This record gives sequence, C-alpha cells and structure tokens, in this order.
Amino acid sequence: MSNPVVSHQQALDQLHPILGRLGWDALPLHEPILVATFIAVALGGSLVLALITKYRLWGTLWRDWVTSIDHKKIGIMYIVLGVVMLLRGFADALMMRAHQAMAFGDSAGFLPPHHYDQVFTAHGVIMIFFVAMPFVTGFMNYVVPLQIGARDVAFPFLNNFSFWMTAGGAVLVMISLFVGEFAKTGWLAYPPLSGILASPDVGVDYYLWALQIAGVGTTLSGINLIATIIKMRAPGMTMMKMPVFTWTSLCTNVLIVATFPVLAATLALLTADRYLGTNFFTNDLGGNAMLYVNLIWIWGHPEVYILVLPVFGIFSEVVSTFSRKKLFGYASMVYATVVITILSYLVWLHHFFTMGSGASVNSFFGITTMIISIPTGAKIFNWLFTMYRGRIKFEVPMLWTVGFMVTFSIGGMTGVLLAVPAADFVLHNSLFLIAHFHNVIIGGVVFGVFAGINYWFPKAFGFRLDAFWGKVSFWCWFIGFWVAFTPLYVLGLMGITRRVSHFDDMTLQPYFVVAAIGAGIVALGIGAFLVQIAVSIWRRKELRDTTGDIWGGRTLEWSTSSPPPDYNFAFTPIAHEMDAWYDMKQRGIERPTKGFVAIHMPKNTGAGFIVAMLATAMGFALIWHMYLLAALGLAATVIASIVHTFNYSRDYHIQADEVTRAEDERTRALAAAGAAA
Amino acid sequence: MTATVATHVNGAPVYYDHRGEHHPPNSTMLGFWLYLMSDCLIFAVLFAVYAVLGRNYAAGPSGADLFDLQLVAINTALLLFSSITYGFAMIGMQARRKAQVLGWLAITGLLGLGFLGIELYEFHHLIHEGAGPGRSAFLSSFFTLVGTHGLHVTFGSIWLVTLMFQVHKHGLTAPNRRRLMCLSMFWHFLDVVWIGVFTFVYLMGSM
Repeated sequence: MSNPVVSHQQALDQLHPILGRLGWDALPLHEPILVATFIAVALGGSLVLALITKYRLWGTLWRDWVTSIDHKKIGIMYIVLGVVMLLRGFADALMMRAHQAMAFGDSAGFLPPHHYDQVFTAHGVIMIFFVAMPFVTGFMNYVVPLQIGARDVAFPFLNNFSFWMTAGGAVLVMISLFVGEFAKTGWLAYPPLSGILASPDVGVDYYLWALQIAGVGTTLSGINLIATIIKMRAPGMTMMKMPVFTWTSLCTNVLIVATFPVLAATLALLTADRYLGTNFFTNDLGGNAMLYVNLIWIWGHPEVYILVLPVFGIFSEVVSTFSRKKLFGYASMVYATVVITILSYLVWLHHFFTMGSGASVNSFFGITTMIISIPTGAKIFNWLFTMYRGRIKFEVPMLWTVGFMVTFSIGGMTGVLLAVPAADFVLHNSLFLIAHFHNVIIGGVVFGVFAGINYWFPKAFGFRLDAFWGKVSFWCWFIGFWVAFTPLYVLGLMGITRRVSHFDDMTLQPYFVVAAIGAGIVALGIGAFLVQIAVSIWRRKELRDTTGDIWGGRTLEWSTSSPPPDYNFAFTPIAHEMDAWYDMKQRGIERPTKGFVAIHMPKNTGAGFIVAMLATAMGFALIWHMYLLAALGLAATVIASIVHTFNYSRDYHIQADEVTRAEDERTRALAAAGAAA
Repeated sequence: MTATVATHVNGAPVYYDHRGEHHPPNSTMLGFWLYLMSDCLIFAVLFAVYAVLGRNYAAGPSGADLFDLQLVAINTALLLFSSITYGFAMIGMQARRKAQVLGWLAITGLLGLGFLGIELYEFHHLIHEGAGPGRSAFLSSFFTLVGTHGLHVTFGSIWLVTLMFQVHKHGLTAPNRRRLMCLSMFWHFLDVVWIGVFTFVYLMGSM
C-alpha cells in the first residue's frame, strides 16, 4: 500500500520556495491548438486594451463599472461575463463534436486523449458555472429590484464583491488554458479519479479553487437577493402580488443559499484529500468515494433548478406580456415553483441509481423524480392557457418561449424515462443522458436566457434588438439543437457512453457527423446573436425607445425610463394589484412630474474588486503550491476586508435638482413620443 | 417593505410615495441570519461526513483511545463562558456603556484564545502520537469538523479585535451596534455548533 501522506511530503520537499511547482514546462508550447488560441487571444486582448487606452476609457471603466454597486450595472456585467464564457464553452463543444465525428477506426481525431478529457471537463464546468449561472444571476440582479420598486439590492457592496468573486473563478479557469492544464475528470470531478494519486497535476486544483472562489460569490449573492425580495418590496406588494419572475428568483436564491454551502464543504474535503493527505474519498484507510458522489449531487440536483427556475420566471413574464393577458394561474405558478424548490432536494440519488443502494432506495428516488415533473407540467399548461385566446405577438422573445415549450417538454419526457431505475441501469452515463440534459438545459435555460436578453435589452439600453437577426439566431439554435442532439439520443439507446474520444465501430460515424453539423448550425445561431448586437448598436437611433415601456409591459420595471436612472424610481411606486404597472396604466395614473426630493443612495467602492482579486491570486498560488505567496494572499485578503470595514461613509444623496433634471428630461421625451404617436 | 407608507389616502388608492425616502429598512439582521444558516449547512455536511466515516478507524486508534475528556470539558467551559461574557458586553451596549462593552469583549476574546490554545495543544498532541488527519477516515473527519469550528473561532476572534478598535474609535454608533449584534449571533452560533461537536464527537466517541 503506497502511503499518500509520505509521497505528499516528498512532493512538498521538492517545491520551489516561491514558484511552487510552476515552471516553464507548465506552458503548453507543444500543443499547436493551444498556441494558436493563445496568439489569437493575445492579439484580440491587446486590441481591446489598445482601444480602451485610445478612447481613454480606463477611468470610466473603473468609476462606472468595476467599482459600481448599482445592481443594474452589476447585472449587465454578469451577462457580459456569461456571453464571453459562452463563446469559450461553445468552442469546446465544437471541438468535441468535430473530434468525435473524425476519431473513427484508423483516424485518431485531432485531440490527444488527455486534451480531449480537459475539453469535455472545461465545457461542462464553464457552461454551468460561468455561463448559465452568470446569466441567471445577471437577470435576477438587473430585474428583481426594478420589479419590486426598489432602488438597489439590500447589500449593494456585497453585490459588487459577489460579481468579482464569480469573475475571479472564471479568470482561473481561463488561465488554466495557457498555464498548466485543466481537470481531466468530468465536470463533477469524482474521486478517486480526482484524487491526488490518479490526478497529481494541477488540473483538479484549478477546478477546485475556481469553483470555491466563484461559489463564495454565488452564496453571498443568494443571501443578498433573498433579503432584497423579503425586505425591500414596494409598499402594497404582498408576496402574492409579486411578479412571477421575482417569485422564481426568491425560490432560486433559497436554493442557492441552501445548496452552495454543501458544494463548498464537499470541494473543501476533496481539497483536503489532495493537499493535506486526508482520507475522505480515497481508496485507502477508510475513505469512501461514494460519499463524495452523494454530497456533490445534493448540491448538483438543486443546482439544475437554480438554473431553470429563473428562466421559468422569464418565460412567464414574456408569455403574459406578448399574449396581452394576465398570466393564467398565477397562484398555481407560485405553488408549483415552491413545490419544485422543495422536491429538488429529494431526487439527488437518481444521478447514480447504479451505485447499488437497493430496490427500495432507488424506488423512492425514482418516484420523487417522477413527481417533480407534475408541477413542471402544470407550468407548461399555465403558459399554454395564457396564450389561449390571447392576442399573441410573435416578437423574438415569444419565439424563444414557444421554442422552449416544444423542446423542454420533450426533454422533460426523456427525463421521466431516465427516472425509472431499471431503464437507468441501461442508459446511465450514455449519450441518451447527454442528449436529455442538453435538451432541458439548452431548451430551457439557454432559450430562456435569449428570451430574457431580447425582452429586457431595451430596458437596459434604451433601444431594442434587431428582430431579423434575432429570428435568424433563434431558428439556427432551434434547428441546430435538434440536429445535434437527436443523433445522440439514438446513439445512447444503442449503448454508446459519454466522454469517449475514439470509436472502432465505423457504422456509428454518420450519427456523429450529423451531430457535428448540428453543432455547426448552433454556431451560426451564436454568430447571428453577435451580429444582432452589432447591428442593433449600429441602428440604435431607429430602434430607440423613449417610452420606457416598449412591449406594453405589466410589471414595475416598465414604469420607469429606459435605461432607468441610477435611483430607478424618483418616487417609490405603490402596488395594489398583481401586475402593478398594468393596473396603473388601466387607471390612467399620471407619473409625478414635480416635487422631487433628494434620494439616498449607496456609494461606489473598489473594495469588492480588490478583495476578490486578492482571493483569486491566493487561489492561483494554492493551485501551484506557492505556499508563501498563498499565505501572503490570504493575509492580504483578510487585511483588505478589515480595512474596508473601517470605511463608514458608504452613502450619499442624489440632490433634488439633479433628480428634477433627469425627470424633466423624461417628461419631455414622453411628451415628444406622445406627439409623434 | 415600509409599513409606514399609506397605500390609501381618504379611501382612494395612491400610487406613489411622495415622501421620496425609501431606503431599505434594516436588512442586515435577516441577511446575517441567512449567512449563519448557510454556514450551518457547512457544519451539517461535516457532521454527516463524520457520521458516515467516524467509525472507519483503518486499524488505527478510535475516539475512546484518543480523547482526553477532562481537557475537552475545560475547553467547552471556556467557550460556553465566552458566550455569557459576550452577553454581558451586549447588556453594556444596550446601556450605552462603552467601557463595559470593551471590557467584556476583551474577556470574551481571551476565553476564545484560551479555547483555541487548548484545541491547538490537543491537535499537536494527536499528530505527535501518530493520530494525524491522514491516519484514517475517522481522524480526517474528526480533524476537519473540529478544525473548521476552530477556524471559525479564529476568524471570530480577529473580527472581535477589529470591532473593539472600531468601538473604541467611533463609540457605540448605530453601525457599530449592528456589527456587535452580528458578531454576537456568530459567537453564539459557534457555541451551539460546539455543543453538537462535544456531544456527537467527544462524548459519543469516547463510549
């Protein structure tokens, strides 16, 4: 029996005192794909930096964005982070699809196995933690305070800090592309494969520290938004008058606060196994690897609902707005959301029925899994009945919503199939499973994110997105998705497993070629989305919205200007009905145009950025076993946090004349729009 | 939600709060409770891990072989008394007696440091005897659960010293009273967790 503690000690003795195990050999100079990528990133990055310098944007960037504690700006930064990381995660997807289409028989494909393993791990980690999470957190940040008539979140500084921790995690994952390597373990890093004996390199350490740092941000952001929704709703807005998106956000954040600590603890235990020689998940000395699998899925399954509940909220807002009707079954929608929140804790074992926990345990989790499809189905019917006899306008957000209802329902049904333990023994870890969860995550979360971007973009920037390119993007995604994943369903039923980098059976190749073509069509969809943004910025004068209520919205975010002023609402709105803004419009309530008073607001601070970047540097030092630097990083992080607590002057007033000026401008804009109409 | 805003005036609904001021009524206590509950989940995981792995001795020593209950009893007493002394500091805060607050906080901090000192001695002793965290899954989960609690007490002590400086400098202002309240909840929370550790790890482990 090898003694991991002793070998660990030997490894420690060989470390460079400052650089740890980092050396020139960490740079992947022998990998042409990575070298080419690095050159492209370096050139693109230098170009961006040069442009920022040329147009003297550094000051603006620092004052108005990096240090901003405005929930709207932080929300936009989350979404930008999501878009950037989507490009990285999707590049991984294209590489996998292209590689699998080629790697048959004598051809080895173009990715060596150790690189291929990193690609599928990075794809999963990035898409969940640094694409889907920033997107939904961004929407919740931007929209929730506006929907509840608040001027910011409950803890604005914490919000800024949370964002930069998430960004810090993303930075670590990106660094792993060029310095060292990423994990080769799959996105949940199961031990013993992720243990120090099977994965002695830095890959798993990048994974652990990136997720640990980003996870702190996510947890704090969850606490922040719960407190915001509970404490800061407009007067009159009782819980059952909250917009549905706010409701789903509340449940999502409850899930975040109740699960991310489990992830943090689980990853910390694996970290201890790797760094301190403990035996939680090892094969030796009483460790139990299945304990890790249980714990990680106790976080992992609720995580699925953390991603999908907010987009259920987005779809609810979109359906009701574009059907010109109140949402059908508001109360049942709320209860369905709450039921999903609770049930999401009782299904985790369905991810590993094959563990062999016995018939009764598997039956329990199989049945709870099937039950969870009931509230989800209720939601689908609510959306359908909202559309029924509505005056539907097929704007781009509505296209994504209808595409979602079709795609997600099918994905949900294949999920119920997998929930049958006996069927799961056949389909476990097969491409059928891969097709299923992409079916719900792309068909649900991604479609919802695009619906949300198209729906709220005019609110955030004052002009709407070009509809033509939006439709091109939608149809490419929708068709591309089905072309890419239908073959995977078929392959999965034939017994092909996931994460395979080479095949001998030539008869399978046509399916993978079709899947690769599908991925190519999705790539066109992403390209069309980028073109859509560019074209819309180019044509922003034609696409301008001066009313602030471009779609004829129903909730309070549409009652203020687009983009909203820093203070969101000059006077706090008072809610009397569920769709508060629709109610105000129906009753012909006039917007107040005088009598403005000074508004109390929180002040920007660089502390969040500084502390988060110090924590990220500490993470990097720990990954490379630079213990001296790591200790300095920890000390600096703690000291910077303490220094921040000595800052007592955290707020200021926007003076009444400044508010009056902004509001008068809006009065004029509204009058001009009224005259033109 | 501001309960003080009238949603109706003379029976007619109003739609804007014309007083303008709508800043969050204090959300800090709720937020801090939520944080504590999230922290509580971390301990819940560590307790669960201990429950699963706590008897996996891997032919090494068990709790009955290792634990020195008298030492742990002293340690427990130190921590429990530190909660009481923190309570006295809070009574001083209510009466706005700064010196009393600072005095009791100092005693609380000393008791916390005493607790940490004994814990470090215990850990050092165990590792010296060859019963370190790498020896068995039982010891891994023991060191991690107790050590995580100890780390919390360490950060709580750093926070306590910071807060003593701030109270000394700025007095018992509203922000400082809020901070004292948060640390108070944190400190008592660590006490509650320790009662769980004492019962499930030390007492039941010694049987």
